Amino acid sequence: MTGITRDEVAHLAKLARLDLSGAELDHYAGQLDVILQSVARISEVAAEDIPPTSHPVPVENVFRDDIAMPGLDRAEVFAAAPATEDDRFRVPRILDEEEA
Amino acid sequence: MTGAAADLIRQPASVLAAAISAGEVSSVEVTKAHLARIADVDERVHAFLQVTAEAALESAQVVDAKCKNGAKLGSLAGVPIAVKDVLTMRGVPTTCGSRILEGWCPPYDSTVVSRLRAADMVILGKTNMDEFAMGSSTEHSAYGPTHNPWDLERIPGGSGGGSAAALAAFETPLSIGTDTGGSIRQPAAVTGTVGVKPTYGGVSRYGLVALASSLDQAGPCARSVLDAALLHSVIAGHDPRDSTSIDAPVPDVVAAANRGDVRGLRIGLVKELSGEGYQAGVLQRFNEAVELLQGLGAEVVEVSCPHFDYALGAYYLILPSEASSNLARFDGMRYGLRVGDDGSNSVEQVMSLSREAGFGAEVKRRIMLGTYALSSGYYDAYYGQAQKVRTLITRDFNAAFEKADVLISPTAPTTAFKIGAKVDDPLAMYLNDIATIPVNLAGNCAMSLPVGLSPCDHLPVGLQIMAPPMADDRLYLVGSALEAALADKWGHLLIEEVPNL
Repeated sequence: MTGITRDEVAHLAKLARLDLSGAELDHYAGQLDVILQSVARISEVAAEDIPPTSHPVPVENVFRDDIAMPGLDRAEVFAAAPATEDDRFRVPRILDEEEA
Repeated sequence: MTGAAADLIRQPASVLAAAISAGEVSSVEVTKAHLARIADVDERVHAFLQVTAEAALESAQVVDAKCKNGAKLGSLAGVPIAVKDVLTMRGVPTTCGSRILEGWCPPYDSTVVSRLRAADMVILGKTNMDEFAMGSSTEHSAYGPTHNPWDLERIPGGSGGGSAAALAAFETPLSIGTDTGGSIRQPAAVTGTVGVKPTYGGVSRYGLVALASSLDQAGPCARSVLDAALLHSVIAGHDPRDSTSIDAPVPDVVAAANRGDVRGLRIGLVKELSGEGYQAGVLQRFNEAVELLQGLGAEVVEVSCPHFDYALGAYYLILPSEASSNLARFDGMRYGLRVGDDGSNSVEQVMSLSREAGFGAEVKRRIMLGTYALSSGYYDAYYGQAQKVRTLITRDFNAAFEKADVLISPTAPTTAFKIGAKVDDPLAMYLNDIATIPVNLAGNCAMSLPVGLSPCDHLPVGLQIMAPPMADDRLYLVGSALEAALADKWGHLLIEEVPNL
């Protein structure tokens, strides 16, 4: 079930949007493998017919009353933004160069 | 610091509240005494990331004015409190111990903070924590570790080490923590303080920056059981802004703390949470406390929870899975750190560069672990299986609560270790939470309270009491009785023995 390689760590980092350095990839490959081997013990538990628990207090379709409440203050929200332009969040280009 | 101020900082919250409402002392005096203490010692303890002195004094003045006008005040009005830096507070930096949120001022208050304000409590500032609450030592804070007031070279536990250390250093009489796998209880244990993880859904998570949404729960931290109960009753209760919040009356924790009685109560010793891996000094103090409880009239029975042996494994799959998903929101677009926005990098490149620069080692480790556990081909073996084990752990609790009204164990397997000892050994670090994790997985409630100093290293040992969901009052009933019996034996609470800083 385990045996995580450096390439796999690089792939995970890409999926998780982490621009890891080469040294970090080496370091995490070893550590993630040790952690996964340890947690893999849970496979010893025979649990085929056991229902999974996603949440300790099962609740469904919780609604609150439909009453208008003040939203966040626009100026405060923009004050905390990394970049704004014309009362909007400014973001980097969203297409890669080959797609553009 | 004057003698009077030195005396004020050692008072229980319950005594301060009574004195303030009786007009014997002003909230401003109490607040100033604590701010002076923070100025004196926090350079060495580093419990606070942010001290909001001006705002604190303003709220204290408001309470004093209300008091003069004869307004009816809440049970903790005018009493200072510190808040873990994972709960939003409007206009005050909320960093979660991370560089990625350095300087971020949230545009809204968390429900916990709103309730503290509504109760006329005085917020002193925000406390240090492991980054995004990932850790058991507060060493994973991007702003440097917090030091344990019992021995400044040792860890104060984590992730809420700041909230616990601030209590033990007499910088605040009360604080707020959050507990996902033990982050209130383990710091309480290693600092000789009291910490409670309420029933999941008992305290609103609105404005609590999510680590693992199905496990996170905010709760009270204090130096005594009664003080914890008073704070519990201020912050608990239904909140329409949290869909997982329980819409039922809050158990009467204050009455239970005032009553403190274990006569005829069945107390279960959990076989799996003892023995191998637990320090001899921890077990000795724990066993003495068990005898004391028996002497007070409790019936002690042994219970077995066989699946607890798998709790740590299940937790370290469920938590990283939820965390990797929750922390995806930190992408540097609408708030937080943005790196590499040079006009040529794409949004994906900027996200990756920002997250790489903004997150610390433990956060990256868990994000990748969660990404792996949730990826196709591994989902059933890891996350799916962990969710089934979670069901079995809840069943173990249900069976145990048939035989006992509460369960007990040591809170943590060891006393406070040296700063640096386990910081790059994730598995060794994870073992600190071995006794606290089952409660988070099942969603019930638990308390840690001090039961003495380990004879091996003269550092505090904590005992954990666990109760069924929405039976939080039982924690206080048992905790208060045990605390009183121990105080009788010693002539004071354990916290009185903390060295002078």
